[in-house]
Amino acid sequence: MGVVTRGFVGRRDPAAANLPPGQYLTPDFPVLSAGPTPQISLEQWRFTLTDEAGTEHGWGWQEFLDLPSEQPMVDIHCVTKWSKLGTRWQGVSLDTLLGPVQTRAGYALVRSYGGYSSNLPLADLRGGKAWIAYRYDGADLPAEHGGPARLLVPHLYFWKSAKWVRGIELRTEDTPGFWETMGYHSYGDPWRDQRYAGD
Amino acid sequence: MTETSAPRPVHWLPARVADLREETSTTRTIVFDVPHWPGHVAGQHVDVRLTAEDGYQAERSYSIGGSPDGQRVELTIQRVPDGELSTYMVGEMRVGDEAELRGPVGGWFVWHPEESDPVLLVAGGSGLVPLMAMVRERARAGSAAPFSLLYSVRSPEVVLYADELAHRARDGDGLNISLLYSDSAPEGTARPVGRIRPDDLADTGLPQGSAARAYVCGPTAFVEAVAGLLADHGYDPSNVRTERFGPTGG
Repeated sequence: MGVVTRGFVGRRDPAAANLPPGQYLTPDFPVLSAGPTPQISLEQWRFTLTDEAGTEHGWGWQEFLDLPSEQPMVDIHCVTKWSKLGTRWQGVSLDTLLGPVQTRAGYALVRSYGGYSSNLPLADLRGGKAWIAYRYDGADLPAEHGGPARLLVPHLYFWKSAKWVRGIELRTEDTPGFWETMGYHSYGDPWRDQRYAGD
Repeated sequence: MTETSAPRPVHWLPARVADLREETSTTRTIVFDVPHWPGHVAGQHVDVRLTAEDGYQAERSYSIGGSPDGQRVELTIQRVPDGELSTYMVGEMRVGDEAELRGPVGGWFVWHPEESDPVLLVAGGSGLVPLMAMVRERARAGSAAPFSLLYSVRSPEVVLYADELAHRARDGDGLNISLLYSDSAPEGTARPVGRIRPDDLADTGLPQGSAARAYVCGPTAFVEAVAGLLADHGYDPSNVRTERFGPTGG
């Protein structure tokens, strides 16, 4: 064995035994944002899916609420090492949103109000793995947690679950998003410890 | 939001405690000697991994408080209740002890000494740590960029780097430092105690009419409140960079 830290024992939380590598449990819901929380009025809110040919599919706030919704309960894992288990959300499955969209794109670039972006393979948005969530723990999603609506794609590190989402562009090539251009991993699988570029 | 740095792999590196400084009753600065440390930019953070004798490991992320200094990496750690690493690092770690560090990490909440625009730093409590790295880097590099630090802190006993701040404030040199006490202040402090408020931003000493960049670090509610105050003062959101800093079980 390599380095040993003299006298360190650790907490050895049994509940943390099944977390992805390097993660610890928190009962809190920490807020991490690169800039100020954007204030977005529901009258102006709009979510668009744009396919690789540039064709837009868009929803206003009420149209979005009228779509069939789901209530996923999921574990979330932040690259800054905290994990939170059993978080409860309500939102629209990406399967529902992508249903009518004809595309041969392999990648998605998620864009947010405020300028944030993140990329992931389109396959990771399909198959009941991703939602546009607008309620958290039985209440409207607070702005600091991404309200009015955020992407929820809990099987990847949580920076992929872009807050304040305004649209998803379907692309034939992978385009790195905000953190992905600053040394963070392009895919970000917590179970493979894919935190930083090169992991 | 555009700022890029070339991605490169970051590896765990063995590190040894070279120096320790008690800052407050719950906060300690630990200086690690890290051979092969690739260097860092003020504002970045680092992952720390501790390994017990039986191989059990735990890791956390910490902001770097020191300016770039060869293979030295200086962290200021606040002990949080039940904190798995912080309890050990603040209470038990000694000079000569070993750990592993991985980084530096983060390419957004950073300040490069080549930048000459005015900078407003707004710290809440331990959120001072990455901002202090910027203050120190400005001095180390001999930068003339106008800097103003607003440091909101509960009481005089929990002021981090108190002597160094007093010293740097006296030096002037284009650096303004304002301590904003929220609960109790030393006798003779002109500003009434209280949370940061609009008039604290009215006279930061920065040149008027220039587009300053603001860096805000502290607990979530503090960051949200300050971001709102900055917007009211005409700061463009794209010039406001934020980072949360606070106990999250670490």
